[in-house]
Amino acid sequence: MSRESVINWIVLAGLVAVPLWAHLSDEPFTITLATRAVILALAAVGLNIALGIGGLVSLGHAAFFGIGGYTMGILAHHAQTYTPVMEWPLLIEGTKSMPVIWGLSILFSALAAFLIGLLSLRTSGVYFIMITLAFGQMFYYFAISWAEYGGEDGLSIYVRNGFPGVNTLVPIQFYGLCLVALLIVLGFNAALARAPFGLALGAARQVPARVRAVGLDPYRLQLLAFTLSGAITGLAGALFADLNRFVSPTMFSWQLSGELIVFIIIGGVARLFGPVIGAVLFVVLEHWLGGLSDYWHIYLGLMLLGIVLFGRGGVIGMVAGRERSHD
Amino acid sequence: MTLIKTLMAGTAMAMALAGAAAAEVKVGMITTLSGGGAGLGIDVRDGFMLAVEMSGRDDLEVVIEDDQRKPDIAVQLADKMVQSEKVDVLTGIIWSNLAMAVVPSVTAQGKFYLSPNAGPSALAGRGCHENYFNVAWQNDSLHEGGGAYANEAGYTNSFILAPNYPAGQDALTGYKRTYEGDLAGEIYTKLGQTDYAAEIAQIRASGADSVYFFLPGGMGISFLKQYADSGVDIPVIGPAFSFDQGILQAVGDAALGVRNTSQWSKDLDNAANVAFVAAFQEKYDRLPSLYASQGYDTANLLISAMEMADVSDPDAFRAALKAANFDSTRGEFTFGPNNHPIHTIYVREVIKEGDVLTNKIVGPALVAHSDVYSVDCKM
Amino acid sequence: MDLILLAEQILNGLQFGIMLFLMAAGLTLIFGVMGLINLAHGSLYMIGAFCAAAVAGWTGSFTLGLIAALAGAAAAGALIELVVIRRLYDKDHLDQVLATFALILIASEGTRWVFGSFPLFLDIPEALSGPVMLPGGIQYPLYRLALIGAGLGVAAGLFLLIARTRIGIQIRAGENDREMIAALGVDIDRLYTFVFALGAALAGLAGALVGAIQSVQVGMGEPVLILAFVVIVIGGIGSIKGALVGALLVGLTDTLGKIALPGLFGLFLDPAQATQVGSALASMAIYVLMAMVLIWRPTGLYGVRA
Repeated sequence: MSRESVINWIVLAGLVAVPLWAHLSDEPFTITLATRAVILALAAVGLNIALGIGGLVSLGHAAFFGIGGYTMGILAHHAQTYTPVMEWPLLIEGTKSMPVIWGLSILFSALAAFLIGLLSLRTSGVYFIMITLAFGQMFYYFAISWAEYGGEDGLSIYVRNGFPGVNTLVPIQFYGLCLVALLIVLGFNAALARAPFGLALGAARQVPARVRAVGLDPYRLQLLAFTLSGAITGLAGALFADLNRFVSPTMFSWQLSGELIVFIIIGGVARLFGPVIGAVLFVVLEHWLGGLSDYWHIYLGLMLLGIVLFGRGGVIGMVAGRERSHD
Repeated sequence: MTLIKTLMAGTAMAMALAGAAAAEVKVGMITTLSGGGAGLGIDVRDGFMLAVEMSGRDDLEVVIEDDQRKPDIAVQLADKMVQSEKVDVLTGIIWSNLAMAVVPSVTAQGKFYLSPNAGPSALAGRGCHENYFNVAWQNDSLHEGGGAYANEAGYTNSFILAPNYPAGQDALTGYKRTYEGDLAGEIYTKLGQTDYAAEIAQIRASGADSVYFFLPGGMGISFLKQYADSGVDIPVIGPAFSFDQGILQAVGDAALGVRNTSQWSKDLDNAANVAFVAAFQEKYDRLPSLYASQGYDTANLLISAMEMADVSDPDAFRAALKAANFDSTRGEFTFGPNNHPIHTIYVREVIKEGDVLTNKIVGPALVAHSDVYSVDCKM
Repeated sequence: MDLILLAEQILNGLQFGIMLFLMAAGLTLIFGVMGLINLAHGSLYMIGAFCAAAVAGWTGSFTLGLIAALAGAAAAGALIELVVIRRLYDKDHLDQVLATFALILIASEGTRWVFGSFPLFLDIPEALSGPVMLPGGIQYPLYRLALIGAGLGVAAGLFLLIARTRIGIQIRAGENDREMIAALGVDIDRLYTFVFALGAALAGLAGALVGAIQSVQVGMGEPVLILAFVVIVIGGIGSIKGALVGALLVGLTDTLGKIALPGLFGLFLDPAQATQVGSALASMAIYVLMAMVLIWRPTGLYGVRA
């Protein structure tokens, strides 16, 4: 077993053991923090398909996170006020069922990712970073002005949505759901990276000419990767909305897109568990440093700088060595 | 592990001397202490802690956390306050969008929430709750005061503007509710906008006889400076937020002489306010702001309830809060049926005391004012 | 809308665009010469404004404040180039984005730690205050005219610097072939520090000039930073000419969109709704513009390298 997979197993064990311990010792807030970390990890795992394997640095993934969140918010809002989402041309009612909401979140964010990708992938490099940022900002300003769904105030959902057979109001059970979602997606990612599609996508990043030479279209490969990536981040957005029982335009903010990238780099680019380690570390740091000083952003900034300048390959890269570097 | 300020005014020895330890009340304060809007949160915290200190109580513990002005962080902190700190009362939130994210869930969990600043209309009307008390104002109140003042001053053609977000839309609705004249124009600007040249050009061309604006924080500073420099001399009215002690020095002389509406002013002549202004300056070496007065009132309301009832008996404690049996810095203060204040909205004018810009009271705009949403409140 | 109002709004758009150019010029130079994405450029804008406000408040002189802004931002720029940025040139864009994101956090909280949480005061100088009457009966603030003049002056100076001076030749050579100019004996480290400090000084100048009519506060740089990125992407990254054209396009689109769109919707919606929908779309207008330009020309109007 490689050192990287040892680390992966340790992280996995921690994700199961720590919340269980918190549950037994009646520390529900630790479970809430763990849930937050797992959901943010899921969002970053989604981004990692585009960024890690495909080399597409998207600074607009908050758009998909927000679309997932708002899909949940709007459906649950209509369900809790007993009003239909629309009456014409066909009657659509709100819902509080997680499986339905998840499906629709994935669908809508995939659709948005497809459309944004269709346009953005015509560019590359810095231009790609900036055009994705621009699309993110468009959604942000749209959400702020969308008075019908709370505008900047956002939407509060008073009771967490339901999942058949699970009491989602119990922190540990909701955590379990989120963890299962993360594990399924991680499994999917692992399979994807080894599948012909993943290999071709990686090749499209490194030597597009050769990919073309064997008859594949890099643009199509990247568009598919971007769509998948957006869909997963959208699912994370729906879960995040359910964790907070609240959605607001800050889910679309460019800082959030930046933080998702931060998770991946802290953990290690193109590593399966990179985003997971990054998100967990970030949530722990945010909680711990925030308690130490009002000016904790300074320490966070210094720490990030240290990782970029001296810790090539993120945490996994430092511990496991550079067996799979990203460049 | 956390930024805990445990205020034990009495030492352990004093506790022992007192014999029976009083039942503790634990307060969770979630407010903005870092990033752009930190000034408001710091003032609320300082005002609140000043009142706690002045009361000399040893049975009141306050846990303070920074929400960074992010709704998801605020929700997470509220979960922490309820789940692991096991607080009895929450307070501190500055922004309406954060209040909307936190208040419904904490009051549903049986905690008390005392709002020292935000008063979104949803929480005053259909979304009101018996455990939610607003000690500041309903969001529309100061704007309704602005409209009333415009009538009194004889303005009949106002130009109004606010950022395009719910509090901005509420602000203009509030103004129009009391204002009886015509509108020369109505503009929604971008949230966070810093350049108002285009809007000022429209004001100049509109033929208005007065301008009402709601642009909190840096937006208001930018607008006022640019307006003063534009040569447009149509009188301006605004709510106190853009003329408060914290930002007035940054606006500079551009604000001089502007009439603004507020439920509080540092020269309000009542014993509680005189004591507050003196003690605040003594302790923090700066003039208190609107937000500091609201934090101070919030703490005194809580302390007055603690004197009348035990927090372990929620019904009695709720009744004690509702009685509002404390000396407010704004003078007369009672709660309406939706637990929002009934109080006087004043008109103030920006003046210079030596080198320092500050406000003086001109007169009341609306007396014993309550909000229109209370009819929708069923509790 | 009458013609005078339209002319005034066009001036406003120009003035906004010119200030964006000061920000964008530094960004695009730094990218062109060193290949670096600098998210912390907005922090230098903020540092310039704070230096100007502090010195102007202390001495009472706006001119000294401007000098302090230029010097302070250039010094801060040189310092972070030497300590941090220098180590980023051979890293990929991802690392650059993260490192300069970290610099934003440090600069913002550091400034708050030094100057406190409340906005600072910076006023326009007495000599430039108040409006003037322009031909055609347009009443326009003198200070904004001065901003347009100062911005055009700096733009002309920058073009001259790059076209006519020795250092300009080195900069252009650096954009084309880094190894070659190093081989020809140009001290590349010093050139990079100079270019970074120059970009920083331009950002600091913009911060001080704009700070006088806006509010000098922590976080003021970030909205401008995003706009400046939109500008250089529209213009083509690395092109000063593109930055100028892009800045004016963005300035005019934003200003005119803000007044035209609510009016347009007013034709078929009731006024309150029209202003809301119109201003919502107006706040998205420049991003729509950017997306359209990139779809049409994926490397911007004047861009060459992707």
